[in-house]
Amino acid sequence: MSEQGPQQVNGLQGPAPEERPRPTGRRNSQGIRIDPEVEAEPEPRRTVISALVENEPGVLAKASGLVSRRQFNIESLTVGTTTNPETSRITLVIEEPEPGIRQVEKQLEKLIPVISVQELSADAIRRELVVLKVHGDEPDKVQAVTEMYDGTVLDAGPRTISIEITGDEGKIDDAIDAFQQFGIRELARTGQTAMARGDVWTTDIEEERYERMHEDWRKHDQQ
Amino acid sequence: MSEQPPATIEGTEDEPLDGDDPIPTPVSTGAGSVIRALEVAGVETCFGVQGGAIMPVYDALYDSEIRHVTMAHEQGAAHAADAFGIVAGEPGVCLATSGPGATNLVTGIADASMDSDPVVALTGQVPTAFVGNDAFQETDTTGLTAPITKTNYFATDSDSVGDTVGEAFAVSGSGRPGPTVVDLPKDVTNGPTEKEPGEPRTPSTYDPQTEADDEAVERAARTIERAEKPVILAGGGVIKGEASAELRKFATEYGIPVVTTMPALGAFPEDHELAMEMAGMHGTGYANMAITHCDVMLAVGCRFDDRLTGGVETFAPDAQILHVDIDPAEISKNVEADVPLIGDAGTVLEQLAAEMARAPDVPEWREQCQTWKDEYPMDYAAPEDRPLRPEFVVEALDEATPEDAIVTTGVGQHQMWACQYWTYRHPRTWVSSHGLGTMGYGLPAAIGAKVAEPDRQVVCFEGDGSFLMTCQELAVAVRENLDITVAVLNNAAVGMVRQWQDAFFEGRHSASQYPWVPAFDKLAEAFGAQGFAVHEYDEVAETIEAAVAYDGPSVIDFHIDPGANVYPMVPSGGDNGQFALSEDQL
Repeated sequence: MSEQGPQQVNGLQGPAPEERPRPTGRRNSQGIRIDPEVEAEPEPRRTVISALVENEPGVLAKASGLVSRRQFNIESLTVGTTTNPETSRITLVIEEPEPGIRQVEKQLEKLIPVISVQELSADAIRRELVVLKVHGDEPDKVQAVTEMYDGTVLDAGPRTISIEITGDEGKIDDAIDAFQQFGIRELARTGQTAMARGDVWTTDIEEERYERMHEDWRKHDQQ
Repeated sequence: MSEQPPATIEGTEDEPLDGDDPIPTPVSTGAGSVIRALEVAGVETCFGVQGGAIMPVYDALYDSEIRHVTMAHEQGAAHAADAFGIVAGEPGVCLATSGPGATNLVTGIADASMDSDPVVALTGQVPTAFVGNDAFQETDTTGLTAPITKTNYFATDSDSVGDTVGEAFAVSGSGRPGPTVVDLPKDVTNGPTEKEPGEPRTPSTYDPQTEADDEAVERAARTIERAEKPVILAGGGVIKGEASAELRKFATEYGIPVVTTMPALGAFPEDHELAMEMAGMHGTGYANMAITHCDVMLAVGCRFDDRLTGGVETFAPDAQILHVDIDPAEISKNVEADVPLIGDAGTVLEQLAAEMARAPDVPEWREQCQTWKDEYPMDYAAPEDRPLRPEFVVEALDEATPEDAIVTTGVGQHQMWACQYWTYRHPRTWVSSHGLGTMGYGLPAAIGAKVAEPDRQVVCFEGDGSFLMTCQELAVAVRENLDITVAVLNNAAVGMVRQWQDAFFEGRHSASQYPWVPAFDKLAEAFGAQGFAVHEYDEVAETIEAAVAYDGPSVIDFHIDPGANVYPMVPSGGDNGQFALSEDQL
């Protein structure tokens, strides 16, 4: 109590904190009940989440704003239209412990323009594109490295050469490493886009939409 | 609007003289379609402030039967709409112009968002062609409000704007309620259209699950049957889901003590023998003991806010948590749910009741809960030679008003005393700012509550610091002749801050003590309200009687003990079971 403050008449009756029984259990910082002997925080893991969204203004801002304000650890976010002009697909690569991954899914699902959200399995197809601009002093060597990574030379001049490489994240990382020897002047990566492998829909609702779309096409053809 | 001319001219052939339903003016503009959408949605009242970009909408409102309450400040309009939404159980509507009008709404929208209150905000916007050019009174309203709304809309054309407003209304009130915003560029509201909006509809992408999965219900029922120390934690979702009756039935049928969160005050009658009242930072000792020691917690419609849980490590650490919520994102967000029960509160409680084969056999546990009630009574000391105790004032007002009186509050110590010492018996009698903690919420909320329920008494508790943030809304209460009683618990300080400074900042009262405060009774009179000032215990009852009897807004300036603090208290991030009963225990 301070000297300038008023005198206090406060407090309630009852056993003091140290006199009270205490429960034996404990939770971790994620609110999960744990055995205190083997307390372990869940490890973050990197995964891909695909969201099918209504193609309307502001939807990307809503999704990216959500990720940033809830402090989800995001590696990349890509967006593009689908075969249906009314929908777009957002692909997010995140690195979170299990509860965080579930939260990303559910919070995205809550956004009204979001149609469906799904975490992709580990074997999903994942691709990323990088465009590199390196110094043009050794064009033959650049060409050789480009071929090693199944890349394409997009532009070659006396001073710079620009190359495109497509692949999964590891391949892109390796390619960037390999091109370091020429001196990379500029680099642009797209971030990953992804799709479920085989006869599996990337996001749940698509089969229904796909059927509906075919229905529309059939009607269109009949007319 | 009060001064509008009658819509029909007497004696003309094509207008009925005695018809109950005046023929509505046909929609001719986007603004007309906006107002028609509100009418179709059943809106009878809205709150707002005029301004340049929203003028077309107000012009259309001039022809409508919808009552408009002109507020002193847009923040007041948002809070009034929010309180209207809480009390009425349907979205409250507020209007503001672009730029500062919209930014002034932001606090109220954020408040509604944190508390899941249904609010529809319609904001004017500069004409579409000017958007992005930093035009006069332009602000990115949809950008500003995206994080604090359930969803928001930027209206793009006059033909569809009515349906957009309808959708905003439907989304706001359904599932887990929340605020929505429709930003209305002036060219869209001024533009011609004859399109009559349809009934409010939620979009196809929004379809909340209302019934929990059978398997989860089965697991939950078996868990409750076998519980040794079960507790129900009732959250605000019980009130929003109109599930108070189902809750009461379930709790009494199976003999399970009920703890409430702050937004759930009134969800379960506090005079019931199973009522443990409010838990959390300033919850009762017995509620905090019960949630700390329970082995099964049936949590209904709550989001495990940090003010409830304290540190999650020590929150109900032995309990299996059965979490009922209509919002799947709340499941395992802060505290892991052992059994997620996604659905509407009342529906899931009925599903559970249907599945329960027997009540848990827990007479000892109920006895233990009763023992805690006896051990940690909320009895405060009130020495006669000291200034007025705030707890005494809260109890006196509770006694002087009917059971169904509505209580609104600002934020701070007074709010906690209003939680602790008023006995809530009915849902929708408690209206406060819980999640956002918006000082100044009380008075505009009292206006919204009184407009929603004109026949019920409305008591507003405010602190001297909190009241000064929105006291200009007294002008509205007088203008609308709203019979509300404002009790200012005046300790010449931002008391909660002062209390924390005493406990955690070595009593260094930085910017928390007021060397001088206005005479709130005289301030009330300057606004045209009735003012009272109370210093002594023996003035309390008679002044309250006079204020309650006064037909119009009244303000009682209670000069309370400036040293009064709120207990029990769980310090931020602390262990609920280790709540302090006085400062030396912190």
